[in-house]
Amino acid sequence: MAEEAAHTEGGIRGIIQAYPREKRFILPLMQDIQKEYNYLPREALLTIANHVGVPFSKVYSMATFYKAFSLTPKGRYNIRVCDGTACHIKNSAVLIDQIYNNLGIKPGETTGDGMFSLETVNCLGACAIAPVVMVNEMVHPKVSSSGILDVIKRYKGGSDDAN
Amino acid sequence: MMPINNYRESRQILVCCGTGCQASGSMEVFNAFKSQLRSIEGVEVTASTKATGCNGWCEQGPLVKILPDDITYCLVKVKDVPRIIEKTILNQEIVEQLLYRDPVSKKRIKSHHQLNFYRKQKKIALRNIGEIDPASIDDYIARDGYQALKKAFSMSALDIINEVIASGLRGRGGGGFPTGLKWLSCFKQQETKRYIICNGDEGDPGAFMDRSIMEGDPHTVIEGMLICALALGASSGYIYVRDEYGLAVNNLRQAIQDARDRSLLGHDIMGQGYSFDIEIVRGGGAFVCGEETALMASIEGNVGEPRDKYLFPAEKGLWGYPTIINNVETWANIPVIINQGAQEFTSIGTEKSTGTKVFSLVGKVVNTGLVEVPMGTTLREIIFEIGGGILKGRRFKAVQTGGPSGGCIPADLLDLELDFDSLSKAGSMMGSGGLIVMDERTCMVEVARYYLNFLAGESCGKCVPCREGIRRMLEILSRICDGKGQSGDLELLEDLAETVRDASLCGLGKTAPNPVLSTIRYFRDEYLAHIEEHQCPAGICRSLTRFSIDPEKCTGCSLCKKNCPADCIIGELKEAHWIDINKCIKCGSCVDTCKFEAVVIGKEGGK
Repeated sequence: MAEEAAHTEGGIRGIIQAYPREKRFILPLMQDIQKEYNYLPREALLTIANHVGVPFSKVYSMATFYKAFSLTPKGRYNIRVCDGTACHIKNSAVLIDQIYNNLGIKPGETTGDGMFSLETVNCLGACAIAPVVMVNEMVHPKVSSSGILDVIKRYKGGSDDAN
Repeated sequence: MMPINNYRESRQILVCCGTGCQASGSMEVFNAFKSQLRSIEGVEVTASTKATGCNGWCEQGPLVKILPDDITYCLVKVKDVPRIIEKTILNQEIVEQLLYRDPVSKKRIKSHHQLNFYRKQKKIALRNIGEIDPASIDDYIARDGYQALKKAFSMSALDIINEVIASGLRGRGGGGFPTGLKWLSCFKQQETKRYIICNGDEGDPGAFMDRSIMEGDPHTVIEGMLICALALGASSGYIYVRDEYGLAVNNLRQAIQDARDRSLLGHDIMGQGYSFDIEIVRGGGAFVCGEETALMASIEGNVGEPRDKYLFPAEKGLWGYPTIINNVETWANIPVIINQGAQEFTSIGTEKSTGTKVFSLVGKVVNTGLVEVPMGTTLREIIFEIGGGILKGRRFKAVQTGGPSGGCIPADLLDLELDFDSLSKAGSMMGSGGLIVMDERTCMVEVARYYLNFLAGESCGKCVPCREGIRRMLEILSRICDGKGQSGDLELLEDLAETVRDASLCGLGKTAPNPVLSTIRYFRDEYLAHIEEHQCPAGICRSLTRFSIDPEKCTGCSLCKKNCPADCIIGELKEAHWIDINKCIKCGSCVDTCKFEAVVIGKEGGK
């Protein structure tokens, strides 16, 4: 564990050093760290605050204002159900219910084994193929209320490139 | 060895690799073409394969176009690739099965240019999309790219601005403010340090034209910004783009780098001694950042809260300097206006809304995708001629325009000519151009609830009317959808809506009541059905709905049973089926799949 923490700290430092010490880089810094670690560890926020010279509270307020960030770790497969208007009127709410029935998680939650987390997003800009579900970077188009169960099943095997 | 056929050599295979087609597997198709063309031996074929941006016809993706034959293949899979190469590329034959089949005439259609979906469109902002490889600056240049910039260098600053004013171009992001006047106001500022911003924080759910432009034709955005920068003497600009749009970010990055390498960005542009550079800022997923003052706060490294606009950004914007901020689609129009002149542009559209507008036609319509039409085109033309009508022949109920700030327009206004002013008059707005088509299976109360839920989550919380007012309206709407509506709810909603509209600080709050007011205005009966009769006519609000099967109409085809995710439909093949209501999750997939209208939407009993 300690090794892992040290590794994370080193990684975060590497990301941070690539940016000048200016306030306007808080957002991209958090984005890069979130991409790498799936969430923003508290230490990362502290290091960013130090790096650009603003109070911790300022970085914290940004991390909680912008929807893209999570302060808790996400599952290995992050399921993003699009709830943009086009997806919504094609019944995306049913997909969320189906995921709850199958995996027992609601939006914002992660399964106990750390495999899946669920979130809803406003619009992925793929409205012509609604309803859309993204699992990590993979876009699944026109997912039906029974189709979502197949999607989950494919990832349950643990393959990263399930499609 | 076979004789070299020049015609063959110049073949081009364009594979659409926009987000929509990629989701349907177009990258695999693209790669299959690349590798299989390479491995053909003994035949002189140098057909080149190109990955293009979004053609807008995502419904039929992955799309593959073959030039110069002008053949469009739809729903192409990897297994189709060898057949296309063998028949079309090597033998100039058409693979009939891959052509689009017109649902009415049942005829196969060879080229997308012959389809109503494209034929009725007029492409300006989307002129290059689907035709060029967005990663190739040469492709852009070959289609008059950077010619407008060259021309702008021969014009004076005021000439450029006046040309844009004369074109009548109005901001395509939703506000509809005349772009040229904005530029002029900035031009007149004493402060000479100025900034140029492209607003690519496309947040309206249901709209994706900006994504498509940034992905499919990034150089047009850069060129538009360059022309404005030149007129205003600005030396740096920003493109603020949603981080969720990964492909757009990548393509813009590459385009900026390529433009720098060709001396079209950076130092001493085109050897004219003028310098301008662009930086990409990725958004953090906050809808309110589409509001220009909030967007600038976000670029500065703050939370994206808007400020009062007693001074416009053109006077005092980014870091306190005069700033021009325009939407992606607006920028995409600029090179065309400079190249072809304002007069040409004003010949398209209506008197007060010139040019074209890109709409994202989505929802319950047959052909979904991006459509660019002259301003003043009617809703009927867009939905029924271009869009091909309502899915499964259902009845059209309403179209939602303008995103969460817009409203719902009912069937009796289908002949409305769309422009900035007509939409405002109908109680909606142009917004960024989302057109979400709704049919009888869409509940208008739930739609209003949906938008308010969205806005409640996106309100930045700075001012009270927006933060508290939206939440209260949402509570009332949720109650109505749950079957607990009370008499007086509608009046209370209207009262709250007016307060939020009049007293909020920024556009988000000021327009937030639109979805509520417009649905009450046009669909009052549906609200009353929920409140007084405890019924959801569309069968969407689950606490108010119970599905059953009419044994007279049911043919026992079992289609609903096959599609039911809850396994609650019981019945033998060719015999009437029935629904076990204890297991039913009320997803409505039976209603949507039944071809005989045998599934009845009823009232939830005992409540």
